[in-house]
Amino acid sequence: MHRFALFRRMPGYKRREAFEGYLFIMPWLVGLIAFVIGPIVASFYLSFTDYEIVRSPTFVGLRNFNQLINDRLFWQALRVSTIYVFVSVPLGLILSFAVALLMNQNVALIGLWRTVYYIPTLVPVIASTMLWLWIFNPEFGLLNMLLAQIGIKGPLWLGHSQWALPSLIIMSLWTVGAPMLIYLAGLQGIPTDLYEAADIDGAGSWAKFRNVTIPMMTPVIFFNLVINMIGAFQVFVQPFIMTQGGPRYATLFYVLYLYQNAFQYFRMGYASALAWVLFAIILILTALIFRSSALWVYYEGEVRRR
Amino acid sequence: MSTPSATGRVTYSSAPLSQRRWFASKRRRAILHKLIVYPILLAGAVVMMIPLVWLVSSSFKDSGRIFVFPPEWIPNPWRPENYLAVLDAIPFMRFLGNTVFVTALALVGQVISSSLVAFGFARLSFPGRDVLFLILLATIMIPYQVTLIPTFILFRMLGWLDTFAPLIVPYWLGGGAFFIFLLRQFFMRLPLDLDDAGRIDGASTFGIYRHIILPQSRPALGVVAVFSFLNHWNDFFNPLIFLSSVDNYTLALGINLFRGYQVTQWNLLMAASVMISVPCILLYAVAQRYFIQGIVFTGVKQ
Repeated sequence: MHRFALFRRMPGYKRREAFEGYLFIMPWLVGLIAFVIGPIVASFYLSFTDYEIVRSPTFVGLRNFNQLINDRLFWQALRVSTIYVFVSVPLGLILSFAVALLMNQNVALIGLWRTVYYIPTLVPVIASTMLWLWIFNPEFGLLNMLLAQIGIKGPLWLGHSQWALPSLIIMSLWTVGAPMLIYLAGLQGIPTDLYEAADIDGAGSWAKFRNVTIPMMTPVIFFNLVINMIGAFQVFVQPFIMTQGGPRYATLFYVLYLYQNAFQYFRMGYASALAWVLFAIILILTALIFRSSALWVYYEGEVRRR
Repeated sequence: MSTPSATGRVTYSSAPLSQRRWFASKRRRAILHKLIVYPILLAGAVVMMIPLVWLVSSSFKDSGRIFVFPPEWIPNPWRPENYLAVLDAIPFMRFLGNTVFVTALALVGQVISSSLVAFGFARLSFPGRDVLFLILLATIMIPYQVTLIPTFILFRMLGWLDTFAPLIVPYWLGGGAFFIFLLRQFFMRLPLDLDDAGRIDGASTFGIYRHIILPQSRPALGVVAVFSFLNHWNDFFNPLIFLSSVDNYTLALGINLFRGYQVTQWNLLMAASVMISVPCILLYAVAQRYFIQGIVFTGVKQ
């Protein structure tokens, strides 16, 4: 009521502008309802149903979630994805930050270095997955051949339940070029007068790194952390192609398990429950990172709260 | 400084000894610095490049030579025919056609719809705009998996499964909220005087969008186009979910057919992987500045 009254009280040209505004955002509004809000509501409902796509969904209350708690594979999938996130993301962020720091040292041919480190991220994930499948091949793969040349018998990599997940983590480090480029842009954006001021104060390289570079980079570190954490939870193609979750569920990533439930066993209700649990986990972790950011992320023009 | 002083002596040599030593040590440190920086960078670069070199090398190898120990870096014999063999092993041209079709239509839709919506949010005012924009930001955070199953069911009801529609239509309807956000940020920075000048000249709102804002926003549109291309070209998950008959496969999905055979023909699989990668790397070569800009837009300036 209030809104309509407001609308009617607007002068003619304003009303026209508002009308045109809605017209411009119309494509997104339609998409929002059809592909976001509608599906979210439906997915929420489906997570409380038994739905095997051929029959219509039947409401079962909390049964899916109950089943989830007792599902050994659910816990395994959660464990695999959590280990992957907590190992590959920090490793990748540290490595990419180190490379960006090195590249920021006035190196010659920076464009070339940047390109070399960034190219692996340009390779489509399906191609890089096939390539690493070949590299990790226990008999004829490059990795074990190189190890054999120095007299080491390499492990089975993807074929061994202890090595499969580490293999995927190693592979993930090949694409540190993306966060590296973001760090590099951030480093180049730090005003040089901050370093000059530190020089005048007689600060050494370590002091400058600790008190200028790190604080100025915290917003970028924060951004990379959030983006890569969310991305790592959603890894799918690599385990789908390389291991199908094996051996012995060692690489049963969360989204792979969700996919198997939805599109191989057609347990759509159960898969929806899995999706909501994933959403909740990502939301909680993101919220935790955001909450903690007040303690460690420095924004210019804002005095840090004690 | 080596400017001569009033006494005719060079200032530099007259500087106190301690200062000279400081200078020398600073230079020494700089050299030491380089001695550390370059070897580490080089070692890292080698590690990054080895898999790529192996990819290309394997793709040119004879099927018998691919299992040779020690690893053979330069193929002997050289087999460029592998690339032709890929075309026979899988319906490569068909997959390529499908991929180009899907990528082109999704990309065009994404650029048009996200720029229209971004224009609405950035340059027009209407009741509820800010709330709607917040909703848009919130949708960026929602994991894809939450909407996946109902979307699948919706497309199934529409009879769109195993057609290209699920891979194209959502992108004509503002799919990729992140691009809208990015363009909106860019449009906001353009002076409003531009719009006013347009209005005085009698341009319609659409005319202002089309003839004033879009031409001013080439860098941002380039970023959207480049990343949209990569998203659709590389997409494996959506084709996997929505396409079922081999005739409709995109390249990303089609390459996986090599894995279905009894023995994987690694040399052909690597050749196919090279072929799907080349357009992405070429795109980087010609549009490098859009990549860098995109990264600065997204990661640094928020």
